[in-house]
Amino acid sequence: MSQSFDDISAQLKSRHRKSARLKWISMGALGMAGLFLVLFFADMLSKGLPAFQQAYVQVELDYNEDATRMGRAAMDPEVSRIVSRSFERLIPGMLRDDPDLLGTREQRWVLANSEVDQYLKGHRNKLSEAEREVVDELAESGQVTLKFNTTFFSRGDSKMAESSGILAAAVGTVMTMLVTLAIAFPIGVMTAVYLEEFAPDNRLTQIIEININNLAAIPSILFGLLGLAIFINFFGVPRSSPLVGGMTLALMTLPVIIIATRTALRSVPDSIRHAAFGVGCSRWQVVRDHVLPLAMPGIMTGSIIGLAQAMGETAPLIIVGMVAFIPDVSASFTQAATVLPAQIFTWAGEPDRAFVEKTAGGILVLLSILIFLNATAVVLRKKFERRW
Amino acid sequence: MQTNQLLALFSGALLLLGLIAFFLGRAKAARVRASGTAMYAQPDQYAWFAVLATAGPAVAVSLIGAFAMLLMGAEIPTPYLLAGSLVVAAVGLMVGMNRVHPDFHARQAIERVIRWILIGAALISIFTTFGILFSIVFEALRFFQMHSFWDFITGTVWNPGASFLAAAGRADEGGSAALFGSVPLFAGTFMITAIAMLVAIPIGLLAAIYMAEFAPKRVRTLAKPTLEVLAGIPTVVYGFFAAITVAPIIVNVANALGLDASFNNAVAPGVVMGIMIIPFISSLSDDVINSVPDSMRQGSLALGMTKGETIRDVVIPAALPGIISASLLAVSRALGETMIVVMAAGMRPNLTANPLEDMTTVTVRIVAALTGDLEFESAETLSAFALGLVLFGVTLSLNLVSVLMIRRFREKYRVNNL
Amino acid sequence: MNMQTAPRHGQTPEVGQPHTRNEEASHDLSIRVRDLSLWYGQSQALKGLDIDIFEKNVTALIGPSGCGKSTFLRCLNRMNDLIPGVRIEGLVEMDGHDVNTARMDEVALRRRVGMVFQKPNPFPKSIYENIAYAPRMHDLVSRKAEQDEVVEKALRDAGLWEEVKDKLHQPGTSLSGGQQQRLCIARAIAVQPDVILMDEPTSALDPISTATIEDLMDKLKQQFTIVTVTHNMQQAARVADYTAFFHLGEIIEYNDTRTMFSNPATKKAEDYITGRYG
Repeated sequence: MSQSFDDISAQLKSRHRKSARLKWISMGALGMAGLFLVLFFADMLSKGLPAFQQAYVQVELDYNEDATRMGRAAMDPEVSRIVSRSFERLIPGMLRDDPDLLGTREQRWVLANSEVDQYLKGHRNKLSEAEREVVDELAESGQVTLKFNTTFFSRGDSKMAESSGILAAAVGTVMTMLVTLAIAFPIGVMTAVYLEEFAPDNRLTQIIEININNLAAIPSILFGLLGLAIFINFFGVPRSSPLVGGMTLALMTLPVIIIATRTALRSVPDSIRHAAFGVGCSRWQVVRDHVLPLAMPGIMTGSIIGLAQAMGETAPLIIVGMVAFIPDVSASFTQAATVLPAQIFTWAGEPDRAFVEKTAGGILVLLSILIFLNATAVVLRKKFERRW
Repeated sequence: MQTNQLLALFSGALLLLGLIAFFLGRAKAARVRASGTAMYAQPDQYAWFAVLATAGPAVAVSLIGAFAMLLMGAEIPTPYLLAGSLVVAAVGLMVGMNRVHPDFHARQAIERVIRWILIGAALISIFTTFGILFSIVFEALRFFQMHSFWDFITGTVWNPGASFLAAAGRADEGGSAALFGSVPLFAGTFMITAIAMLVAIPIGLLAAIYMAEFAPKRVRTLAKPTLEVLAGIPTVVYGFFAAITVAPIIVNVANALGLDASFNNAVAPGVVMGIMIIPFISSLSDDVINSVPDSMRQGSLALGMTKGETIRDVVIPAALPGIISASLLAVSRALGETMIVVMAAGMRPNLTANPLEDMTTVTVRIVAALTGDLEFESAETLSAFALGLVLFGVTLSLNLVSVLMIRRFREKYRVNNL
Repeated sequence: MNMQTAPRHGQTPEVGQPHTRNEEASHDLSIRVRDLSLWYGQSQALKGLDIDIFEKNVTALIGPSGCGKSTFLRCLNRMNDLIPGVRIEGLVEMDGHDVNTARMDEVALRRRVGMVFQKPNPFPKSIYENIAYAPRMHDLVSRKAEQDEVVEKALRDAGLWEEVKDKLHQPGTSLSGGQQQRLCIARAIAVQPDVILMDEPTSALDPISTATIEDLMDKLKQQFTIVTVTHNMQQAARVADYTAFFHLGEIIEYNDTRTMFSNPATKKAEDYITGRYG
């Protein structure tokens, strides 16, 4: 009546093949996702790493009378064509500040313009034949060379690729994140404490919970609309400022912090609460002195992850105007500022090809910060992970 | 500047009053206790109560005043408001001190106040949702007063170009009338979302199947966080990647095949968005597949099914509600994604079925309408809110359906970790 | 063997044979087990088991929790392969094949050795599909009419047909616990296996469903070899032809059921059966 093992095995052959095929295909899918990741990082590194080097040229400066009006006059006309205009513009000011310089000469390493930079890096550029010869000659004698790009880390945005940097945007990011954390962290933790430790299981609590989950899934650009309509137009918070950006991002980060804090609070066993109640602590004392300290590592981890998310967010900040051209570091929470992702967005829109490299460089900096933050969160979690 | 200094002065004064309240309250409570009277609470608790009594009403008064100025346009000079608040603080201080009394349950009073503060914090998330809803709805209504809702929903031409003239009262000077037919925008949005899903769902689901069913434990613990890196990369970075790296590749491939492709084609942002969304699908699907009870797998294997058949015919059908729910969340995410399309998709509203042409999306037009020096009252600016309203409605419904499905799944298999 | 566990009456039977023969039962060999040992990592769960399981019989495995009876049961269709870190030595022979070799396809083995689990585990499909699925995959049916026939026969054999014939397309999970378990039995017999393993099939059920399933086992043994693990001694006494008593990974006594419960050969089995421990 029943088939022998050999019969069955013969029938099974093609079915086993199909099963194996599923295994290989699914493995391939995972591999493909991994491959995307590798390709992406390889692409960003190859595009962005050159941004950390910049062409400098050694010029002989002759501080003559003409140079007080037009910086270009201080240089050999051949060479002046390959020097960054951002430096030329500085010369009259230098002479005004220090009149003793007038009539002297000096050798100095100054920024070359971005075409020279691109030429030296072997990228497409608009140097003329004659200019290339000059650069080649100077390069041979060591007077034009690629050096570590300090400008990139010490300046703000500029219309000239060679003198633009990320400092202003980085400071803007720090200020915006300070506002975000200052708002989202306390409110998020308080909300989670209320929901986990105080709230009765009623309609209002359920509504708050559903609402928080929903908030986490609302497209970020809609938070920008809220920031524009309510914070800027209604409350009159200054447009483009770290204050309005931070407030908008805080509302976005709130659900992340609330959910993480609730998980952390839930992982503190009830026995600890019972013990504390048993020695006569009130509910708030139990939370403040016993539950919160134990949940803190989890809360910190969640907050760092939320912060990392907010740090990479761009869309709502564009809507509240944080894509302004910011050449200088802003000193106030209410002045116009920009943030790293917004700076990346602005540079990505520049037609000048030298900006592609800057954009990718900015991306590398941003990604490094995000990787650092997430790694910190992972380490924190590993270190304080506790099984009850 | 004036206001800032006043605010600083106010905060300083309030802080000082608070400190005074704390130390006076504690001193008085300590004195009462030293005299041998039993008290309901610790001196510190009386002190904190005094602080709350001082600062709470004062902050409330100043906030109410500020809102009155903003909402009702009441003319209250700021110095008067702040001075008034300080007076309230002083009164609060006296009341608080008065309450330092052996019969007073300071601890319970503090507990009540804290509970209300916590409720207030919890309500902020609700206010946020309503804030989004109202800010969008009000501005959208203003838009629909200028242009009919029907034209907005069914119109196939989006040409806001002339609307700023209308806002400036010079409507008759423009060449053509402004048109706000949103169909091309939604078509573009759905095209790019569809491409993203074509990439993300198969890869994400298969990767989840591999991680949950085939992979050795070591691979799984490594692969899951690695995949999640894809979700952690900022969207502006993906946008750059799509525009600078992927789009030229697509154009080259299309040309090699003898097809014509725009540099702002829909494929590049779609594919890159799909890559971004892979971990959303794979992570949630992996969790769902893992929570399908093992007894299902064993039941199938014990019938002489191969592993592949078990996965295909038993595990995946059991996990389907969770997988669909993950996919809906992913769709909602793709619909609302902004930076990738702003940077890599086109600006031109283009109603076409050819993904190699340039097309634009809802989010791109929202950004375009709200950046630059536009008059806020113009129809183009307000159209952003109308588009935002539709986006809000669609994503909200997708999220709700997704939440309901995952809840059904959870109840069916009694798993709590989803 | 120590003094306590040594057989008290008659001679020691041949290796793997029951101590006393049940003359009503068949004695054609279905599965031969020799010196079977199993380790979970470092700890040994089965210690050199020998047992012959006869065709078209109900063989009950009894013993205290953790004695290895379920583990042994799962050796018979290699379900232990699914657990990482399991090592098996010794012989499990069926139809002239050693089932533990790499050449033996465990999927083919399971096709001939079906299994019913402790908790009913119907697939998330309709009642009809729950049963039709496996025969279709195994090419046992080719036409729709044939398939309907197989489903009806399996449901009739499992005593479920009358209860579900009008709702074949409702989900399997809509049935009651006892019905679900019979659905799982119907699912197992639909592929026409030689052996059906039952791992405490009634432990999650109410007494009435339990009685139904016990009757069913009695009927099914005309077609199939049944090996069942049970915690319930009365159940073993009621349904089994042979009973094996497990203790700490060893088979202490393998005997005709009637003899086992009236006049056990070993002291340990007697103590367990009379409820002195376990």
